Amino acid sequence: MDGVALIVSQVLNGLQLGSIYALVALGYTMVYGIILLLNFAHGDIIMAGAYILWIVLAQLGLNPVVAMLLAVAGCTLLGVVIDKVAYAPLRNAPRLSVLITAIGVSYFLENGAQLIFGADAKVVPSFAPVSSIQVGGLSLSFVALITVLVTALSTVVLTFLVQKTKLGKAMRAVSEDMGAARLMGVNVNNTITFTFAVGSALAGIGAVLYVMAYPQATPTMGMMLGTKAFVAAVLGGIGSIPGAVVGAMLVGFSEVFVSAIGLSVWRDAVVFLLLIIVLIVRPTGIFGRTMSEKV
Amino acid sequence: MSALLSVRDLHVSYGAIKAVRGISFDINEGEIVTLIGANGAGKSTTLNTVAGLIRPESGTVEFDGSSVVGVPAHKVVARGMALCPEGRRVFTQMSVAENLEMGGYTRSDAENKETLEKVYAHFPRLKERRGQVAGTLSGGEQQMLAMGRALMSKPRLLMLDEPSMGLAPILVQEIFDIVKQLNDAGTTILLVEQNANMALSIADRAYVLEIGTIKKSGTGAELLVDDDVRKAYLGG
Ligand SMILES: Nc1ncnc2c1ncn2[C@@H]1O[C@H](COP(=O)(O)OP(=O)(O)OP(=O)(O)O)[C@@H](O)[C@H]1O
Ligand SMILES: [Mg+2]
Repeated sequence: MDGVALIVSQVLNGLQLGSIYALVALGYTMVYGIILLLNFAHGDIIMAGAYILWIVLAQLGLNPVVAMLLAVAGCTLLGVVIDKVAYAPLRNAPRLSVLITAIGVSYFLENGAQLIFGADAKVVPSFAPVSSIQVGGLSLSFVALITVLVTALSTVVLTFLVQKTKLGKAMRAVSEDMGAARLMGVNVNNTITFTFAVGSALAGIGAVLYVMAYPQATPTMGMMLGTKAFVAAVLGGIGSIPGAVVGAMLVGFSEVFVSAIGLSVWRDAVVFLLLIIVLIVRPTGIFGRTMSEKV
Repeated sequence: MSALLSVRDLHVSYGAIKAVRGISFDINEGEIVTLIGANGAGKSTTLNTVAGLIRPESGTVEFDGSSVVGVPAHKVVARGMALCPEGRRVFTQMSVAENLEMGGYTRSDAENKETLEKVYAHFPRLKERRGQVAGTLSGGEQQMLAMGRALMSKPRLLMLDEPSMGLAPILVQEIFDIVKQLNDAGTTILLVEQNANMALSIADRAYVLEIGTIKKSGTGAELLVDDDVRKAYLGG
């Protein structure tokens, strides 16, 4: 592989990893933006998506398109159910109670998956249509390209939803002042649930793209992914949509860069080092606003 | 004739704190009624309860003949009551136009288009600044935005919680003029004010609230010359 090809493929790797983190980080940041909850169960939605893919592809042997749709739909539904069952009853409870509940939900999902599927990894049959495509003499990973494209498209759609639609405006109003939003006629509870649905759908898309690249499902796979995405969201400024994407790209690129120079054992450490540095220099994250008027 | 809003023996508590202790009042269609009283008297609590943000301990609230107790705030708006809350509470990160759009959340796009023109006619300054982020408006402009936003729901009853708070005298006059205009145009007004002088002078009727109970009531003109009221709220 010559120099140019190497650089292109590493940049693509960084974009691919960053994209996966971005899809997960968006859900983190949206839920935090609206109810100030660090939803620790969010990463586990990816895990659920991976098992859905395994069931549909390996057990039922259905078409990959059906599998992908079911995975995204299943993740969305799971996010809504988690909100309705675990968080909605605590809407007026102290934030700490909700946070502890989120940790509980995460354990519940991981242990539930282990109980049902066992601790060993389930291998998902490959469902990418091709492995690589040729662009101007370069051979590029199809999965990486599609991951970056789908993430870019998802981010554009999400931004449109939040900025331009009635529901998106309601979401922003609720995130700024729930009481005032109520006075406008916004059903705050449903708006929050809708936010969970959108965040979980993005996680579902993330699950599909992640499993396309790393074709297996384990009960704890959501943990590290979730943590990295969380770091990305905080890096970018939690609550900020562009922040989540930029933070995720930073995390993805640092990991790929550290691995490329032969220090792959340090890749996780570097991510957290990056977090520490950014939080010292800019405690609210890159795109973060000071949250003084909130709470 | 039955009242547009009728509150009977309303009790509201925050945990052990009894904020409203059995108040009753009526507002007839077309009136400006003001609720005056010192800090902590329970004025905002009363408005917030009527708007559905707080559930009362006991008592009844009837709007246009049907009970609104237990009706959540987001459904109360659709019935024709809007609260412009204390401290304005505009959405500071949204534009002026988006804030007004939020005000019309329960109405159709076609209705909102029409109402928006009326609101801009009352508040021309909002039209000039429609693209500006609300957090960067001056205090007076934010108050106008909060009022305009409440009007976007086409309320039959508009509740205003201290609209003159923190404003320069000239702006206070402007706000009160607008309240009067809105009333002339057919909107019934429930006005909570610390600026008792101004409030009483535009009100048809008034209630004086003291530590969660109604101490006095009468027409605005009567209370303006009432000795107790003058001593307590009008500086002699
Ligand atoms: N969220 C709350 N929790 C506990 N107590 C409250 C709460 N809100 C108001 N109170 C108390 O209820 C009482 C009435 O408050 P309220 O805000 O209704 O008064 P107000 O007449 O509007 O006063 P102000 O003129 O200062 O706005 C006060 O003693 C206040 O401390
Ligand atoms: Mg008050």
